[in-house]
Amino acid sequence: MAIRVFLLLPVFLSSAIVSFSLYEDQAGLADWHQRYIGKVKHAVFHTQKTGRKRVIVSTEENVVASLDLRHGEIFWRHVLGTKDAIDGVGIALGKYVITLSSEGSTLRAWNLPDGQMVWETALHSAHHSKSLLSVPINLKVDKDYPITVFGGGYLHAVSALDGEVLWEKDFTAEGFEVQRVLQPLGSTVIYVLGFVNLSEAVVYQIDSKSGEVLAQKSMAFPGGFSGEISSVSSDKVVVLDSTKSILVTIGFLDGDISFQKTPISDLVEDSGNAEILSPLLSNMLAVKVNKRTVFVKVGGEGKLEVVDSLSDETAMSDSLAVADDQEAFASVHHEGSKIHLMVKLVNELDNVLLRETIEMDQHRGRVHKVFMNNYIRTDRSNGFRALIVMEDHSLLLLQQGAIVWSREEGLASVTDVTTAELPVEKDGVSVAKVEHTLFEWLKGHVLKLKGSLLLASPEDVVAIQELRVKSSGKNKLTRDHNGFRKLILALTRGGKLFALHTGDGRIVWSMLLKSQACERPNGISLYQWQVPHHHAMDKNPSVLVVGRCGSDSSAPGVLSFVDVYTGKEITSSDIGHSVVQVLPLPFTDSTEQRLHLIADTVGHVHLYPKTSEALSIFQREFQNIYWYTVEADDGIIRGHVMKSSCSGETADEYCFTTRELWTVVFPSESEKIISTLTRKSNEVVHTQAKVNTDQDLLYKYVSKNLLFVATVSPKGAGEIGSVTPEESSLVVYLIDTITGRILHRLSHQGCQGPVHAVFSENWVVYHYFNLRAHKYEVTVVEIYDQSRAENKNVWKLILGKHNLTAPITSYSRPEVFTKSQSYFFAQSVKTIAVTSTAKGITSKQLLIGTIGDQILALDKRFVDPRRTLNPSQAEKEEGIIPLTDSLPIIPQSYVTHSHRVEGLRGIVTAPSKLESTTHVFAYGVDLFYTRLAPSKTYDSLTDDFSYALLLITIVVLVAAIYITWALSEKKELSEKWR
Amino acid sequence: MDKGKAVMGTGRRWAIEFSDQSTVPSSRDILDPPGFSRASQEQDDSANSRQKKDAEANWKLQKAWEVAQSPFKNLMMMGFMMWMAGNTVHLFSIGITFSALWQPISALQSVGKIFEPFKDNKVELLMPKLVFLALNLGGLALGVWKLNTLGLLPTHASDWVSSLPPPQEVEHSGGGFVFH
Repeated sequence: MAIRVFLLLPVFLSSAIVSFSLYEDQAGLADWHQRYIGKVKHAVFHTQKTGRKRVIVSTEENVVASLDLRHGEIFWRHVLGTKDAIDGVGIALGKYVITLSSEGSTLRAWNLPDGQMVWETALHSAHHSKSLLSVPINLKVDKDYPITVFGGGYLHAVSALDGEVLWEKDFTAEGFEVQRVLQPLGSTVIYVLGFVNLSEAVVYQIDSKSGEVLAQKSMAFPGGFSGEISSVSSDKVVVLDSTKSILVTIGFLDGDISFQKTPISDLVEDSGNAEILSPLLSNMLAVKVNKRTVFVKVGGEGKLEVVDSLSDETAMSDSLAVADDQEAFASVHHEGSKIHLMVKLVNELDNVLLRETIEMDQHRGRVHKVFMNNYIRTDRSNGFRALIVMEDHSLLLLQQGAIVWSREEGLASVTDVTTAELPVEKDGVSVAKVEHTLFEWLKGHVLKLKGSLLLASPEDVVAIQELRVKSSGKNKLTRDHNGFRKLILALTRGGKLFALHTGDGRIVWSMLLKSQACERPNGISLYQWQVPHHHAMDKNPSVLVVGRCGSDSSAPGVLSFVDVYTGKEITSSDIGHSVVQVLPLPFTDSTEQRLHLIADTVGHVHLYPKTSEALSIFQREFQNIYWYTVEADDGIIRGHVMKSSCSGETADEYCFTTRELWTVVFPSESEKIISTLTRKSNEVVHTQAKVNTDQDLLYKYVSKNLLFVATVSPKGAGEIGSVTPEESSLVVYLIDTITGRILHRLSHQGCQGPVHAVFSENWVVYHYFNLRAHKYEVTVVEIYDQSRAENKNVWKLILGKHNLTAPITSYSRPEVFTKSQSYFFAQSVKTIAVTSTAKGITSKQLLIGTIGDQILALDKRFVDPRRTLNPSQAEKEEGIIPLTDSLPIIPQSYVTHSHRVEGLRGIVTAPSKLESTTHVFAYGVDLFYTRLAPSKTYDSLTDDFSYALLLITIVVLVAAIYITWALSEKKELSEKWR
Repeated sequence: MDKGKAVMGTGRRWAIEFSDQSTVPSSRDILDPPGFSRASQEQDDSANSRQKKDAEANWKLQKAWEVAQSPFKNLMMMGFMMWMAGNTVHLFSIGITFSALWQPISALQSVGKIFEPFKDNKVELLMPKLVFLALNLGGLALGVWKLNTLGLLPTHASDWVSSLPPPQEVEHSGGGFVFH
């Protein structure tokens, strides 16, 4: 009885309130939102005397943004689509920011002060090519110099005022590759330099007014070019030959082409292969030879001479005019924990204009990029500021020997997320500030009371809001009773691990992945390594970061074990084999370290931790451990089983071979795997039974070894609408990963991907496009166990004579049946997740990341196969919603309320200790965190519950009781005396 | 007298019996006064009191039957209330149901006490008690039936299965797409 009441409670509560929503003054109490831009690719300074000083940046996350140079805040920002990579950025006419994107096919102008788009021009594009943007520096405001854009095989001249294409010139000839488009300052001639089949240099002279070809010269180069090119002046470029050992200076003054070859061995002794570095220095180029950076001066006749050389770890900026005929560039190199910033004149490298030494956090890694800007000091000398991009993608502004501001842009490219507990608060260790006094407490509650009685003045409202944000010690660095305070561990593409506090999103610690074997390993994924909660309580919890040296899948892996409380690396190991998959096993050793299997490219698996205890645990379960691989290109899913220990000289006892057990081969002419999904391994399921209205019982098929696979016909794998409904079909499968048995197959004719799915308990919800209806659809599939359906005798259940909790095996071939239903959905979707709670009792909500970069919370009740057009009274009471053809989008149920998580890529949910509440963390370019209670907080009082009101009510009641008692006593006495 | 004994049993240390009920003269120390005939008076008295006692016993029996039948009215009342309350779980229906369960249980607990006043050697109380018990049990049954119609009794398989965790799996597998 109690159980049923308990189970019914959330249902009733959730049916009472259809959607999640919050009041205006509750925004920002439990949630936070952080805005990022990503790793900066280009930066253009805008530091004219009038107006605010700013820097325009474009990033690898396809963001164009304007940053405040003083504080590093974002003035404005635009996140372009994932396929709209920015190729170049510039400032035209002193008021427009010009961006070239999508491989040179889209040119846009943004208003510099506020970021509004002024114009957009789609440029003609024929094939894939280099894309080059050159925005003329406007010396005369009245004259409108055209912007020259090369992209997609065409050269365009575009008016900066309105984006009109003035002329375009076709360079799509076979084998011709345009390398540089140069326009000498003040000249009306544009030089277009290209190579034909990398063996012939061609120079076109084009009139910048009309686009007519004035002259064309070509000259064959027998050695062939390698493609790397550096333009050193307006009439000279330097290029490497195909052997990468000879520098070739190509001069094309007045249209005549001249080659001048200089072997690198003449410049540097015992040189190997050379590499031309990207910084543009006037009359000079930087070449990387023998792990050193060599500066080569280009003389008037194309004569090369070495003027300086620096250590390899040097980053340089482009050169910049600082005074008449003088150009300077900045270089940054490391020395221990310090970095040295130097600004030198290009012509006189001995003349160091600026030398600064700055202490730098080791966990930022090396300097990747430097952008330099100069300003005139009050004493009319040159001052310099440098914007540097570090290896962890962070962005820093250096000025006058100090870091003026820094931005942790690594967080714009989060790849994997997990959560961790904070330390327990110990006596004597006071992490938080002193708790406020009783008077303040009372004052706060009186204010709240005023608020709830609508007596508060506007100032009071502000004070209440501040109190709420500050209250409840939500930013403490210790564990709390409800489990609301946690650490979010985020691994970024730059190989850095961040720990964010759920209270306010601040970075508690961060750590850059290191390795002995290679300079900088890439972070791949993140696992819970040790979570002590029963044993080994003296140990701190730790996480496992799996990385790899290099981007190739056969590159050796790196494991790093990080202490969650301190952020220090406990150990790190180069494991000597590749990493293609990591399988966390459901076993832990006596110190609660979780066993992990790491599979390599040759089909071996390696057991971690490498202890004999782990080995004995593993060998006990040896027969029951399987792994599967999905080969999307071939359309094959393979299941493997452990076979024996590895043999061979390099093998150790923790290495095991595997044997192929089953394969599922999809016909390649009709099906292509586009999505696979399993249940989260740490998901908690409360019950195996699903009760229908008439007390009928269904047994959920709850298995962790189920794989959801979606395939689409190869023709339909492209963009939506690229095929007719007859040509495309979508098929989904539920496959048992132990036996390879296909439990369920469902085909959707005339439908197309991309498929976004979520798998929880015994159901899958997936989202796809229906070509016939021209609408997106959402389908739910619930899977039930038919073989346990006989367990319906109450007496047997009461007496425990059933096998419902006995361990089950997939080899018993359980009979299953499914129920499914489809609905239209009005929005396209980026990702779907589901809420997860501590015990799995609370009803679930789907968290749908929409195309507008918001997160929509949709009750699971809306995607329930039991929905019918006319539910009976009993069904209605149970909370079954009448069937509609489309799922509702209730504006109040956007959990991101007014925010947008730009570039949304993933949503992660984690349970708190309170059963009703779940943590939600969404990442993309931005980060967003909130707490959700899908069935409202039925197990706790809300934050704005007025304790003062309760206290006052109790006091008043007690007083009233006492007074009336005294009065009645008196009356009784007087009556007795009468 | 009974009451006195009961009280004596619990609280008082001692008591004096003022009335003398003994009828045998030889047992007494003091002789009867002359002219006083105890026998005739006793005969008269006994005839009188027997009559009285019969009437009292009848009356007691009648009263006992009345008490025994009283839950019936209650039962009807409860039935009506339950019908009014409906079959959905809310405060009113739960209150009614629990009072319907509580009343018979408390009545059954105090069945001895209720029939105490009618206790007499000559009064046969078994039948009234049985009827009383039966009616109260009927009331209890009604309450339980109501509880069941509200769906608060674990009479379905679902009530027993819901608390069972999903079974463990023997095999474990993992994998997926290869890391790129």
